[in-house]
Amino acid sequence: MIFAFTDEQRELAATLRRFLQDKSPSSEVRRLMQTEAGYDPRTWSQLAGQLGLPGLIIPEKHGGSGAGPVELAVACEEMGRALLCAPFFATAVLAAQALLACGDQGAADEFLPGIADGTTIATLAVAEDDGGWSADGVATRARRPGRSGDGYVLDGHKSFVIDGHVADLLLVVARADGGPSLFAVRGGADGLGRRPLETLDLTRKQAALSLDAVPARLIGAEGSAADVVAATLRLAAVALAAEQVGGAQRCLDMSIEYAKIRMQFGRPIGSFQAIKHMCADMLLEVESARSAAYYAAWAAQDGSDELPLLASLAKACCSEAYFRAAADNIQIHGGIGFTWEHDAHLYYRRAKSAELMLGTPAEHREIAAGYLIDGAARG
Amino acid sequence: MAAGRSEPAVDATASSVRREARDWIEENFDPQLSLRAWLERLADSGWAQPAWPADWYGRGLPPDLAALAYEEFNRVDAPGPPAGLGVMLAAPTIIAHGSDELRRTFVRAVLVGDHAWCQLFSEPGAGSDLAGLQTRAVPDGDEYVVDGQKVWTSGGQVADYGMLLARTDPDVPKHRGISYFALPMNQPGVEVRPLVQMTGESGFSEVFFSGARVPASSIIGELNGGWAVALSTLGFERTGLGAGSGIGFRLAGPGGSRLRQQQEVSLGEFIAAARAQPRSFGTNSTAMIGGNIVPLVALARELGRDGDQGVRQEIVRLYTLSCVNAWNGLRAQAAQRSGGRAGAEASLGKLMSSRIARQWRDTASLIARETAMLAGHDGPLGGRVASQLLATPGPSIYGGSDQIQRNIIGERVLGLPREADPSRTLPFRELKIGTQAPEQS
Repeated sequence: MIFAFTDEQRELAATLRRFLQDKSPSSEVRRLMQTEAGYDPRTWSQLAGQLGLPGLIIPEKHGGSGAGPVELAVACEEMGRALLCAPFFATAVLAAQALLACGDQGAADEFLPGIADGTTIATLAVAEDDGGWSADGVATRARRPGRSGDGYVLDGHKSFVIDGHVADLLLVVARADGGPSLFAVRGGADGLGRRPLETLDLTRKQAALSLDAVPARLIGAEGSAADVVAATLRLAAVALAAEQVGGAQRCLDMSIEYAKIRMQFGRPIGSFQAIKHMCADMLLEVESARSAAYYAAWAAQDGSDELPLLASLAKACCSEAYFRAAADNIQIHGGIGFTWEHDAHLYYRRAKSAELMLGTPAEHREIAAGYLIDGAARG
Repeated sequence: MAAGRSEPAVDATASSVRREARDWIEENFDPQLSLRAWLERLADSGWAQPAWPADWYGRGLPPDLAALAYEEFNRVDAPGPPAGLGVMLAAPTIIAHGSDELRRTFVRAVLVGDHAWCQLFSEPGAGSDLAGLQTRAVPDGDEYVVDGQKVWTSGGQVADYGMLLARTDPDVPKHRGISYFALPMNQPGVEVRPLVQMTGESGFSEVFFSGARVPASSIIGELNGGWAVALSTLGFERTGLGAGSGIGFRLAGPGGSRLRQQQEVSLGEFIAAARAQPRSFGTNSTAMIGGNIVPLVALARELGRDGDQGVRQEIVRLYTLSCVNAWNGLRAQAAQRSGGRAGAEASLGKLMSSRIARQWRDTASLIARETAMLAGHDGPLGGRVASQLLATPGPSIYGGSDQIQRNIIGERVLGLPREADPSRTLPFRELKIGTQAPEQS
């Protein structure tokens, strides 16, 4: 039944929360955000070895847990709450889902087990200079050098590639003769240049790629990337929405905690309606965002044909709720909230970045409008 | 909502509830019955309010399973008990706090339409600060004599009974000297004067008491313990106006002494008449009106504005708010079933309902533009844009204003400290409120 978590799902949340309290406290987040790699390989391998998280949505036959979108949402919510610095979203959501959606059995057999056991960090490279995630818009070219059988090489550049600077496997969308197509590129491939980008969100790294005759392997058929990217983005939007809920909840918790102890005019500031009402509105936003994210996750789990609509509603709703909570959290904290030493800005940075990632709220509402107003075919 | 629930039917499942409801309908739904006889069958079987306790005319079902039962009844357009404050507030409050005698007197009478109720809470000097109410009830033998004034009384003109909050001890702090009575409205000491609201309609009234009488046995809960009982009623109200609205029988039977003659018609005739008036089906809940984007999409198409980016964004925002409000309600139910908390969360639904109403209003006028200056038959959507424009300020005020809902959320859900209120601890008699306030010079 929708919204009723199983004992296993609750246990997953509790176990992961304990793990993150231990392995990803604020001090660790702050240490990692100032490193170039942006994550701790030991923590990542524990996340894989102890909890099997990178393989959460990967079927058991490929070494994963075979769990579904609801478990993914549960996990992402906890990671968002802790601002975990790790290549989970790029590897276990974007790349894993692209490989599951591509219909290429050989590629799935080859790449998914390494993702599931945590030894392969992977990502999906779609966006170029404008940051958009439409496969149709890519300019990066794929060609077959005359003499080399079925091999391709890629030329062009990519940007906004999440964890692209550390990925062992990059799934790159490039334009082949048959249209936008998906290619596998090794992290150490000849002709591949990788530059970490300076990002607003310090806890999730992004990279720019330059591709100069980089050897690549075609995944699926030529011209199939648009569908694969669309299917991947639907699940990724739900996962990101759940992550946003976790972050927003943490902002609310910080605000409430502070409003209870900060004394001014001889009483806690949370007793003033100006503050209390902000907190009440924040709760309404966070709870509503949570409903939207969970409902979309259940729709994904059930294979509902309304998922494209619901994923967009969730992404738009959760994006706005998170950013507002992050901004209001700073306001409630006053001066201390505006300092480097307070964590409020880390959430503010993540909230704005996540809001703009994989489509802005207005773009997602426009997608929804296509279904609700124009009656676009569902599914 | 948990108050007064006894022995929930833990072994019930979605399919068993649907099957039982269907079987019962199969056996009992007879269009030849009088409406009265139908309402009695419904009440006595527990299907009229499946979520009420099995001992008191319910079936003890959790709310999400009760909702499935309603779906079965709505499939055949079966009318439920009369809509109104009797079913929504008075009966649940009496079940939770009343004596068995009061339960016997009032619960079934509400379900079969014998009694319509009104809520006698607010006063001219006691709105958001409800506990500052001044209407007094003074003992006289085995009765109380009531003097004072109430206001914003919905349905006051047609009610048989009123849920009356009155001061029974002015020498203690304001929350501790209030009692909750079931007051008969049809008596010489009660005068009801209709008030006209800004829409031009008259849905509520002022009620004046001069020597009105109520039996001491009609106190619901403890003498001077009325505040806790009132909080229950207000909780039921928040749920009924928020996430719980739109759940239940789509069609309601008539109730109250002034409408009882309608109960002579047959069930079949009643349903046929209701079907002939499609507007009587479920359009009176704010959440459903607010959440309904269909007429707005139609209007946007008609006016050639369905491609306008601003219009499209606002329609989707409205749709999103309506969806998440419904989902918030479902989540609260799911949490309640697995033993989680429930209660003050209803304030979230109440707050969201008024926000949805505003979003509907603002989107409608964004689409209608100049035509929204026109009302009635000249106005867009047959006057609905104008009537909603005028009705929208209501939901953020009635049933506890948005500001009071935010206080409730802040204090009871988030655990923030109370607003300072020095009057909480002083004897009521010493407060400078209402007519006790000093004369203005």
